[in-house]
Amino acid sequence: MSPETVRYIVGALFILLVFSFIGSIVYGRRVVRTEVTDAVFGNPVRALGGWYWVITGVCSILLLWFYFSWDAARAYFPNSANEMCQVARVDSELNALRSSFPMQSRLLKSTSFLAREGTQIEKARRLISKSGIDPALRDQYLSAADTVEAMLFTRASADSLSAENKIAIDELALRIDEATAMLADPSFPGPATEAEIKAAAEQPAWGEGLKKEIPDIPNTDRGRKFFQISQEMSAITADFTKIRNLDDGFIAEVKTLSDELKGLQTSGDDAEETKALTKSLDKILKRVDDGNIFPPTALDPIENAMKLFNAEQNVQKGNLKLLDALAFPGGEIRAGSTACTEQGSGRWLPKPSDTLTSLIEISDPTVGFKTVPLLWYEWKPVGEMLAFFIPDWVADLVPGEYPRHTASGVIDANLKTKVLNFATGNYPSFSVPVPAGHLWDSIMRVLAGLFLGIVLGVPLGLFMGLSRFAKGFFDPLIELYRPVPPLAWAPLILTIFGINDDGKIFLLFMVAFAIMVISARTGATGTQLSKIHAAHSLGATNRQIIRRVILPNSLPEILTGIRIAIGVCWGTLVAAEMLAGTTGIGFIENVARKQSNYEIIWVTIILLGLLGLLFDLIMRWIINRTIPWRGKG
Amino acid sequence: MSDLVAAGLDMTFPMPDGDSVHALKDVSFTLKQGELLSVLGPSGCGKTTLLNLIAGFLLPTSGSLSLGGEEINGPGVNRGMVFQQGALFEWLTVAENVDFGLRMKGIKKKQTRGKVEEWLEIVGLQGFGDTPTYQLSGGMQQRVALARCLINDPDLILMDEPLGALDALTREKMQSLVLKIWKETGKTIMIITHSVEEALLLGERLFVMAPRPGRLHKEYHLPFAEWGLQQDLRDVKAEAEFGTNRDEILSMIWNMEEEIMGGNA
Repeated sequence: MSPETVRYIVGALFILLVFSFIGSIVYGRRVVRTEVTDAVFGNPVRALGGWYWVITGVCSILLLWFYFSWDAARAYFPNSANEMCQVARVDSELNALRSSFPMQSRLLKSTSFLAREGTQIEKARRLISKSGIDPALRDQYLSAADTVEAMLFTRASADSLSAENKIAIDELALRIDEATAMLADPSFPGPATEAEIKAAAEQPAWGEGLKKEIPDIPNTDRGRKFFQISQEMSAITADFTKIRNLDDGFIAEVKTLSDELKGLQTSGDDAEETKALTKSLDKILKRVDDGNIFPPTALDPIENAMKLFNAEQNVQKGNLKLLDALAFPGGEIRAGSTACTEQGSGRWLPKPSDTLTSLIEISDPTVGFKTVPLLWYEWKPVGEMLAFFIPDWVADLVPGEYPRHTASGVIDANLKTKVLNFATGNYPSFSVPVPAGHLWDSIMRVLAGLFLGIVLGVPLGLFMGLSRFAKGFFDPLIELYRPVPPLAWAPLILTIFGINDDGKIFLLFMVAFAIMVISARTGATGTQLSKIHAAHSLGATNRQIIRRVILPNSLPEILTGIRIAIGVCWGTLVAAEMLAGTTGIGFIENVARKQSNYEIIWVTIILLGLLGLLFDLIMRWIINRTIPWRGKG
Repeated sequence: MSDLVAAGLDMTFPMPDGDSVHALKDVSFTLKQGELLSVLGPSGCGKTTLLNLIAGFLLPTSGSLSLGGEEINGPGVNRGMVFQQGALFEWLTVAENVDFGLRMKGIKKKQTRGKVEEWLEIVGLQGFGDTPTYQLSGGMQQRVALARCLINDPDLILMDEPLGALDALTREKMQSLVLKIWKETGKTIMIITHSVEEALLLGERLFVMAPRPGRLHKEYHLPFAEWGLQQDLRDVKAEAEFGTNRDEILSMIWNMEEEIMGGNA
């Protein structure tokens, strides 16, 4: 099937769903009306549930929209995101310029600066009046504050604007007008060059490979137009920020005042206080020195030019405005320094096809995630695996000494060397394939922790259930660590055992151990006395009773304990892997979080959920197979 | 001969609040081999305590108990026990439950099969060997419990209200079964029961116990067990002599219960 066909089948399905949900809303509305009449004249129960249909319909449409709008936009308007990316570039270049005028902000920037510095001067004045310094010095400070304020106000007077600045402002306004004209010109920027076409064609298409969320090299005429304008606007903004309402005389005045303020600082008892006062006034003076305050109408030419440009930009966006609202409900497309991405409050919603593509991508064993495959196999020498079970110190027990190299540099292997090589797996042996990868690592950690917890926890739990002494001795020890949330132990344990598997397995062991002890203990104490009596009078010894009566009788509790322990271990493991480590599904999620890669985050969430469900289903199956008598004894 | 001899049994339980309960006082009797004894009494008269003492689950405060001349000081295979709820091991099949005692002695499963079949046939459960016990009805479970106890060949069989939880019809069938087993095996059987009719039917001898402190109140020697072997149990119950005995014992127990209630009020 061609992509076109798929697109139309999906589209038809989509429309069908939308209409069925609209139908459910309409049906619900009708039922609600019937309900109102029936409450008075008929059967009041018959027509209940109308609002259910309405709410379900509305929610389903919203969900459908939020989930599939991205894919729908990609299918039907494959160039839309690319064009919006270019528009976003213009917007991001114009950010500094627009925020200087009442376009993106409420006040003219000069107005808000004046208001802010005025408040600061008032604050400084209060600080000076309240201070306990010498009254004469205080008056000097207050007059300095007046001077600072006066200097601030001079910037608002029309005289302050220099002739060069006036020219520069008019020039910029002209350049903006030119850009507006370019934007309006249907023939701009003319046919694409060979290089432009090639670059646009070579970049991955939208959704193809996920290195970039959206292709950012313009590949339509409209896109290229906005791209060119964004380049021009970048230059204009740079020149605009260079215009400062300053002249040499003013700069000299500021310098003198600043020195004067420093001169007011004393070195006596008031040193601290005068230092603070000087600093508060000097801070205001420094802002005045920035030259960002202009006379009220000085920048009008630029503002007017920008208004025209904004209007033209809006016109040129055309259908992109509607697409933006409909196809990107969760957020909008913004241009960053390296790439265009969708951002906004709804960005965390999974994009279905991108999530699937991410899963397929990291499932490829040659790609994996951070060079480790998701789930694959690797060839491992048998000797190395065998060495895992043989401690290295076995070699130390062999009598004799390890060989030293001879004068000719040769090392003669003796028996000790050979044993050491065997214990460390340092010898040629055939290799077998063993599973490997992030998923496998995570699962093995859980199983190892769980296994240790069961093997040590169940006997201890049974023992505690049977012996008062054991209960009294071990119960406080276990209750000492059990109430602490396992993750609270994690930093400590990962520090002691290291970030490799040992630490995580020990953490999981702690979790599983406590659960298994408690469940085995409950099982053992729950054994009916008559069963133990019966076994006794049938000639069973104490040991046989534990093995043949108490253990099987505790199996339901033990297996339920294992089922709970798997769930808790799974949760703890993911968090532990997020804290430290270089493999595992929690590690993937943590890295994806740092990269803001929502699709990978969703892949890990889905995988974790499916594996958790799988564990639980296996446990349920085991429980049904091994203890069919549960609840029937 | 394996006679059960109880001499001056006394049993007191200490209570958490410092008091003590006098459960049995000066109980003495001899049960000859092959006798069928039923014990009856109002609740709290120490019937179950007496049984637990004989089974060896409890040790008397004073007095002595011996079976076949041997002092009883713990549970043993020579005293089989059947509990009210069967106390079967529900994780095992019927056959595995029945040969539990044998396997505890180290006998292999293969070697016990013949014996298991034999006993299952006696209690009327042939063909049920591989059935899980939790699928059986209450009456069938009690049959398994009987077979499990009998396969060990005990000298004395103790039954603690074994038929208490069964419906009337099943109960009657089981009563016949107990009589049949008693006759065919010649075992000594001691049954504790709440039901006066059952005590009369399943007791060659019958002890009526009285509470506070628990003691033997009256002993009867009854012909009904012998009769029950020859004719239908319902016909036995219809006999005039059965009725007289039943009424006498009922009013005796009734008075005891009244006394307890009166004492409490």
